[in-house]
Order: sequence, then structure tokens, then C-alpha cells
Amino acid sequence: MKIKSTLANYLFVLPAVVIFGVFYIYPFLKVFQLSLMEWDGILPTMQFVGMSNFKEIMQDKIWWNSMWQAGYITLIALTFQNCLALLLALACDREIKAGNFFRVIFFIPPILSEVVVGLIWQWILDGNYGILNTTLHNLGLSALVHNWLSDPKTALTCIAVVHSWKGFGWGFIILLAGLQTIPRQLYEAAKVDGAGSWHVFTKITLPLMVPVFSMVIILTILGSMQVFVLIVSMVGQGLVHHTDVPVLRILASMTGSSRFGYACAQGIIFGLVLIIVSFTQKKLSERIRQV
Amino acid sequence: MPSLKFKTQNVKLKPKTQSFLRKTFNFKFQLYALRLQLYTFCALSLVILISGCGGGGGSSGQPKATITAWHWMTDRDSIFNELAERYEEKTGVAVKFELYAPSDSYTQKVRAAAQAGTLPDIYGLLAEKRDFASFIIAGHVANLNPEMEADSSVWKNEFFSRAIAVNEFLPDNEFKVEPGIYGVPLDVMNIQMLYNKDLLKEAGIKKPPKTWEEFLAAGAKLKERGIQGLVSGWGEVWMIDCFASNYAFNIMGEDKVMQTIKGEITYTDPDWVSVFALFKEMADNGLLYNGIVTMVNKTAEQLFANNKAAFAFNGSWCVNVYAGMNPNLNYGAMFPPSHGIYPLKIWGGAGSSLLVNNRSLVKNEAIEFLKWLSSPEQQAYLADATKNLPANKNCLAKISPILSEFSAAMEETTHPNIWPVHEFPQVIEAFDKGIQAIIIGEKTAQQVAEDVQKIKERELAKKNKS
Amino acid sequence: MKDGLKYIFKKRAELIVIYVFLGVVALTCLFPLLWMFGSSLKTQATVFSDPSLIPARPEWRNYYLAWTKGEFGIYFLNSVFYTAIVVFGIIIVSSLAAYGFSRLKFPGNNFLFAMFLAAMMIPLPGSFVPLYVLVNNIRKVLLNTLSAVSPQLAHIMPAGFVQQSNGFILNQVFPRSAYVFCMINVGLSLSIYILKTFFDKMPKELEDAARIDGCSKLGIWRHVALPLAKPAIAVITIFNSLNVWNEYILAQLILSSKETMPLQRGLIVFQGMHVTDYPLLMAGMTMTAIPIIIIYLIFQKYIIKGITAGALVG
Repeated sequence: MKIKSTLANYLFVLPAVVIFGVFYIYPFLKVFQLSLMEWDGILPTMQFVGMSNFKEIMQDKIWWNSMWQAGYITLIALTFQNCLALLLALACDREIKAGNFFRVIFFIPPILSEVVVGLIWQWILDGNYGILNTTLHNLGLSALVHNWLSDPKTALTCIAVVHSWKGFGWGFIILLAGLQTIPRQLYEAAKVDGAGSWHVFTKITLPLMVPVFSMVIILTILGSMQVFVLIVSMVGQGLVHHTDVPVLRILASMTGSSRFGYACAQGIIFGLVLIIVSFTQKKLSERIRQV
Repeated sequence: MPSLKFKTQNVKLKPKTQSFLRKTFNFKFQLYALRLQLYTFCALSLVILISGCGGGGGSSGQPKATITAWHWMTDRDSIFNELAERYEEKTGVAVKFELYAPSDSYTQKVRAAAQAGTLPDIYGLLAEKRDFASFIIAGHVANLNPEMEADSSVWKNEFFSRAIAVNEFLPDNEFKVEPGIYGVPLDVMNIQMLYNKDLLKEAGIKKPPKTWEEFLAAGAKLKERGIQGLVSGWGEVWMIDCFASNYAFNIMGEDKVMQTIKGEITYTDPDWVSVFALFKEMADNGLLYNGIVTMVNKTAEQLFANNKAAFAFNGSWCVNVYAGMNPNLNYGAMFPPSHGIYPLKIWGGAGSSLLVNNRSLVKNEAIEFLKWLSSPEQQAYLADATKNLPANKNCLAKISPILSEFSAAMEETTHPNIWPVHEFPQVIEAFDKGIQAIIIGEKTAQQVAEDVQKIKERELAKKNKS
Repeated sequence: MKDGLKYIFKKRAELIVIYVFLGVVALTCLFPLLWMFGSSLKTQATVFSDPSLIPARPEWRNYYLAWTKGEFGIYFLNSVFYTAIVVFGIIIVSSLAAYGFSRLKFPGNNFLFAMFLAAMMIPLPGSFVPLYVLVNNIRKVLLNTLSAVSPQLAHIMPAGFVQQSNGFILNQVFPRSAYVFCMINVGLSLSIYILKTFFDKMPKELEDAARIDGCSKLGIWRHVALPLAKPAIAVITIFNSLNVWNEYILAQLILSSKETMPLQRGLIVFQGMHVTDYPLLMAGMTMTAIPIIIIYLIFQKYIIKGITAGALVG
């Protein structure tokens, strides 16, 4: 009977495992195999080169630079995007008028196509006729006027901010869903005890939200590290190497220089970095939860 | 748990007396019920779908043969379909055009299909010569030489020589491909400069500049009037490469450029440094649109069409684009202002070409179709409908005055795909990105030359090792 | 009395700050939508030269043109079909798996879950080639089976019918299901992760009660876990709908005929290599965005309805 029950338990995960096994594991193994090859992606013959692709990646300065830049975008998204999402979720969690309206509006940026977002922000950030520059000029801040997307000092930050703006809607609904599961009685009890809102927030909301935060953080990391369509729509193939991110580098080696094997190796290294970061984050949040 | 009662309302509770057997049966039953739901759902959607399809293409009678063709040319899809219909009426051979776009995604599909052996009978390649060669070596492309050169090369002689050269592999080529012509060009293009007549007049420039000095002087005048200079899609770095290679030919001559690619001359050569320095000069003279380095070509076109810049560096397709965006735009085409003593060569060649799959079961029919497609009548139709320059030089399409200026320059063109030697992609990347760095003032021409040379030496060493 | 006034004043000020903040953010979100809508009513010549948000003479015809030129009718149906099936499939498969990982004991539980988590994180940029080859190999097997079976079938059924249904299976059913399974796979890991996080947080008491009442494991999943997980399911529904609705790369790779393509294929028509028809593109995008907004409108309510459920669960 015990065995039968265990088998029944397996049935729950079976469909997922089967689909996953066919459509993920096989391509994954293939990509792993290709990462050990020198191959242009077309010829029927490929040359086994062992770990040399990986060795080359270790010395590829442009690649690691792109990794740091994705990290920078992620950092901004983690702070700016998630703070914004949390503040908005907290505001909408209250009994406010037009809450429904705001909930819908905040989800517009994620729906928008990157083409539209790219066009609009290019227009806002344009060095000559941009709205931002015109506004700065009118405010008497002419010193700040410059070409936002063609200046290495600001290009990546602009991209990160636009990315955060486009993505906060996700954090917002997940956090809101999380906030809504917090029992109202807890708030009321705290209020009766005379606790201030800051106190309520740190003593009730925050601890209960740790798993949700952890999830939002992981989703933000994954989403931000892999951003690239937005970058292409804002700065084309990029400003020197100042706007490169790993996915763009992988695509460049795959179709740009036709080094399929190298691209696969880059993909695996990238995946490893993401796994290490995400699992560290997960372990950390588990520790926080225990405390 | 006071809340339990409320929450379990919708839980179907079974009496405790039920046996284990009943439970397992129940488990199975619910699985079935679930599946049934799924099936009905799927079936329903399918029914909706099929009724929506309305049978699909029920053409009358069986065609003699069916040729499948893949392409990426969104703006030409309906015209291809129209031509295919005419062809079927005439010959009874059906041609099915399938569009996959944008081009990146098309390239992925073609490469994946090459691996699976499912390439269609006719397709196009958006690739550098190196990858084109790999497709041929892998046996995916038919050599059209016998047909091209049959009857003392009637077919071949119909095309502009540059359009054929892009698809040709010469004897003893560096890729060790069997010599021959492997593609049929559909149209030709080249990349020149455009100038806005109104803005030049406003700045007091009487004639479009012919020499580099005049060009720089024009920049100074435009800057005085607060008019932006040159726009181009230099965020798509290949257009930077294109501009730089124009002047490399102009300053040092074709032979020296080829020698550099072979590795016999370094990029730190003074001639190359002065090619890099041109970009600095343009930036310093206010000739470059603020933000040109991250501009995609479509944005550049939109700015030029709306009188926001005096010059544009753009391809012959732009005539069609500007006509759509601003029919009243008062502009002309010009050859890029010359700087050196050698002839300046602009990029040009076949805009798009179609290849025949060597493994196709209807190879001969496919070749016949391409012959028909490239004959003057169809070429004229294509050129009229898409406002592109026809690849067939005998075709008398009605083209606008500006487009004919482009057409006239066709003999002054060159293209990396017709050069006997090819640069490493890594070097090209360092070259183009280096020029971006010069424009934004991050690096000097000399620094970039050294950087590029370093990459060149690294790649040469790698090549010699293997 | 004074304290009361102060309190009311403070409350008011707080509310004003909140509304201003919400309003400003809402404005930045609303603007692009309005811009897209406004541009869809302009012409190619005025789209970048006319600075007004909504043009004085709106070209409503653009919508008609976009719909017919982009052949939206068929693509629209296709997209609805794919989105419905994929999202439904993901909900079933991922909630079963997430429930299993969260509540049921079996050897390899943690390992399998870690595998899904890892898959969520490793992007496979080169995987389109093996995926395409895989789908084509399955198709070949199917083709062989069909051609082996058809002579037998021809004995019992009219030959024309057999041929037609074979064609239907190969050109319609197979590519569509292959695409559906690929898309389910794409959304699976993340959905399992979100749902498992949710199930882990859910109190066990309800399930225990149901079990005592004689509910089977599957019954508990269906009647206790799923209804309670509504907010999380709403999140993954929205997420995956948007994903499938906007997906194009994989569709283009796996589907080979126009009749099976989703909505994004219609938008491609307006984005040529050189010419982009901006007004029609914006009209198409506006029409494409509407169903997603509706889905979001419907499902975000479930996220909010979590209020009562959550309150009772505690």
C-alpha cells in the first residue's frame, strides 16, 4: 500500500516531468554537447575541442564586462523597480478609491510591445529634440542637458530605468497578491495595541512577506539578467560595448561570427552564474525567514 | 478552526465508510473526468478553428508540381504571391511562398532547417560569404552555373555584373567551394548620401559638397545655423563599416585594403589611422547627428524625412521610405565627398537573392521558375511594385529621378561579399565598435587602430594554429 | 478635539500623498498607451510630424486596413486557441506538479524540483536547432506510422477520407500540438515555482480535514488546493497568457504554414526590412493589446478576492 501511494504521488509530477524531459532535457544535452565543439552552425562536420571554448570565455573581457552590465541593470531593477512595486502594492492594498483603476493602469507597461517602448523612450531621451532635455532646459538645468543614450555614463542607467518601469507591474501584482493573503485581523489587533504604521509594516507585513519577496527577487534577477529586446529597441546594436549584456553577446557569437559551439558554452556559463546567484539568494532568504 | 465550515463547502466530502477500493476508483474517475473536460475543450476549440479556416486553399485541379519558397521580405510577400499565381496560370506549376520575418528569426529557421534537412526548394540566405560557403559545402545549394552559362550565358548576361558577383564563387576561392554561381539576384541596391536641398539653402550652401574639405566646411555652416548634419543608422554597426570601407578604398586603394585583410599590412598603418580620423573630423565639425552612434536606420530615415538633418547616408531603398513619410521632401542623392586619390567605391550589389536547394525534388522546376522571375517583365513588375532597382539590366522599369541616380552609380560599387578575401568577424566588430568609441570621444584614432590590430593578430595566430 | 483634527488632517495629507504618487506613476503608464492609440489614427506622413496626441482628423480606417492587410481574422483565432490550450495545460500540469512537490512524499522529490528550478534559470540560446530537429524527427515517425496504417484503414473507410485526414493530422494537428507542448514547456518551470511557493504557505489543516472526510489526493488537489490557490493561478494565467500571446520566434520555427500562425505574424506584415508602416503597426498593436487587457481585467479580480480567502484561512 505504501508503494502504491508513492506511485500515485509520482503521478502528480509525471506530466510535468515528461514534457520537461522531451522538450528541455534533450535540447539541453545537445547544447551541452555542442559547447565542447567548434562548429559554425551550418556544416555537417564539427570539431571536438574539449574545454577550449570555456577556457576562451574565461579570458573574454567583453563577455565578462557584459555580465557586469547585466548585473548593474539587475541591481537597479532590484532596488528601484521593486521599491516602486512595493510602494504601489502597499498603497493599493489599502481601501482606496479607484483602486481597481490603478491596478489596471499599472499593468500597461508589461503589456506594451518593446517596439512601442523603444520608440517612445528614444523620443523622450533624444539628444536634440527630446522631452527630457527640453524640460531640463526650461527648468534652468541646462547643465544637465545631454545625449542620454549616446553617453557611456548614462546609457546603461537609462536602459535600466526603462526596464524597471516596464517590469514593475509584475512585481506589483505578485506583491499585491502576497499582501492580500495577510489576515486583516493581524493589522486590526496591532492597531488595537496602538502600533504605528511603520511598526505594523516591520513587525507584521515584512516577516510574512519574506517568501513572496524571495520570489519577486528571483523573478527580477532572472528577468533583468536576460533583458535584451528592450536594449535593441533603444540603442540598436549598442553603444560601443557599454550596453552589451550576455544574451546579446551569445547572439553575436551565434549568428554574427557563426561560432555556434562558443555560443552554447556562453549560454551554459551564463546559466551557471544565474543558478549560483539565485540559489544564494534563496538560501539567504530562508535564513532570514528562520530569524 | 472556525473557518473550516465555510471553506469546505465546495469540497465534495465522501462518507467515512467508503472503502479504499472506492477511493482509488474515485481517483481514477476524477482523472477521467478531468481528461474529458480537456478533450471537450480541445475538440471545441478545434471545431471553432476549422470552421474558421473554411477549408483553406482548395485550388481547382492538381498542380503539375509544387515548389515551396521561403523568404524574409515582408514588403514583397503579397507581390510574390501575385507573381506565383500568374506563374501557375501560365505553366501549371504551383509556387508556395512562405514568409518568415524579421530577418534574425528567418535566419534561425533556415539554419535549423538546414540541420534537419527540411529546407524548401527555394530560399534566400542572409549571411556573409563565409556562411554562404558553408551552406554550399553542406550540399544545400544548387550550382546554377550550367544554366547561367547555357546558350553563351544568356541568363547570366541579363544581370548587373555586381549582382551576380555577390552570388559567385571564383576558382581557387578561400573557402574551397566549387566555383560557380549559386544564387539568382532579384534586385540591386547601393548605399550613397542624400542631402536636404532646403536645409542646405537655409545654411547658405549652394552646391552639395564634392570633396571632404567642402563637406567639413558645410558642417561648420550647418552648425552655425543650428542644423544637424548627417544621420545614418550607425547603431546598426554594419553601416559604419560601410562608410569606413568607402573611404578606405578612397584613401589607400583597393589593393592595400585587400593586403590588410590578408594580414600583410597592419591596421596601424597611417592610411588606416586617417580613415579612423575621418570620424573624429566629422564629429568635431558638428557633422554628425547628436546620438548617431545608437541610432537605428529607421529612426535616421524618420529624422531625414522630417527635415531634421541635412545629410543622410542611406541605401537606395530609402527613396521608397521617404516617399511614404514625407512626399514633399526636397532632397537629392550624391556620391560621398571624396577625400583621397584613389576611386571611392560605395557598397552595392544584389539586394536580395534566391537560391535553389540542391536536394530539392523539383530542382529543375525551381530553376525554371527563377528564370521566369528574373526575366524583364517580372523584374519590371517587382521594381514598380516595391520601388527597388531591378537586378535585370535589360528591364525598363519606370523609376524616379533620384532612384535613377542610384542606378547610375551601380558600376562604382563594391561589397565585402565580392572581395577575394574576408576579414574575421571579431576584427570587424572591433573595427566598428572602435569607430563608435572615436565618435563619442572615448578613444583616439591611433588607439582604435592599435586595438583592432591586436585582435587581428590574435585571430591570425588562432587560424595558423588550427 | 485638537488631537482629533490633527489626526484627520494627518490622514488626509497621507491620502493626498498616496494619490499624487499613484497618479504620477499611472500617468507614465497611461501615456505610451495613448501615444500608441493616437499614432494608430495618424497617417504615415503625420505619425512623427504631428505633435498632437490624438490627431484632429483621426483615420479610423487604419483599423480596418490593419485587420484585413494583416489577415488578423485567422491569426486571431489561432492565438486564442494557442493561448487557451497552453494556459489551461500549464495550469493543470504545473499545479499537479507543484502540489506534488509541496505536499506529497516520494523519493527524488527535492531533486526533481531543483531540476525545474535550474531549468528556469538556464537560458538555452542554441536550443532552437535541437528543438527543430526533434520536432521534425517526431513528424517523420508520425508520417511513417500514418503511411503504414493508411492502407489498412482504406479497407474500412473511403480512401479520399483517409488521405484527407492524414493531411489534416500532418499539417494541422501535429504542428499545432508540437507548438502547444513547446509553449507549455516554456512556462512550466516558472509556474511550478510560483505555485509551489504558494502551496507551501497554505495551511495544512484544510487538507487534513478533507482527508479525514475521505477525499482522495486528487480530490484534495482539485477541491481544496486549487480553489485556495486562485490568486497564484491568476498570476500564472496572466503571465503565461501574455507570454503565449506575444510569442513569435518559436511559432515561426515550429509552425510552417500561414494558416497555423499566431497573431504576431499579422504584425510582422507592417514591419518590413526597410519600410515600417507605423500607423497600421500601432493599430494592429492596439488591437492585439485589447484581449490581454481583458484577460488581465478578469484575472486580477481573483488576486484581489484572495482577501477574503486569506482572512478565513488565517
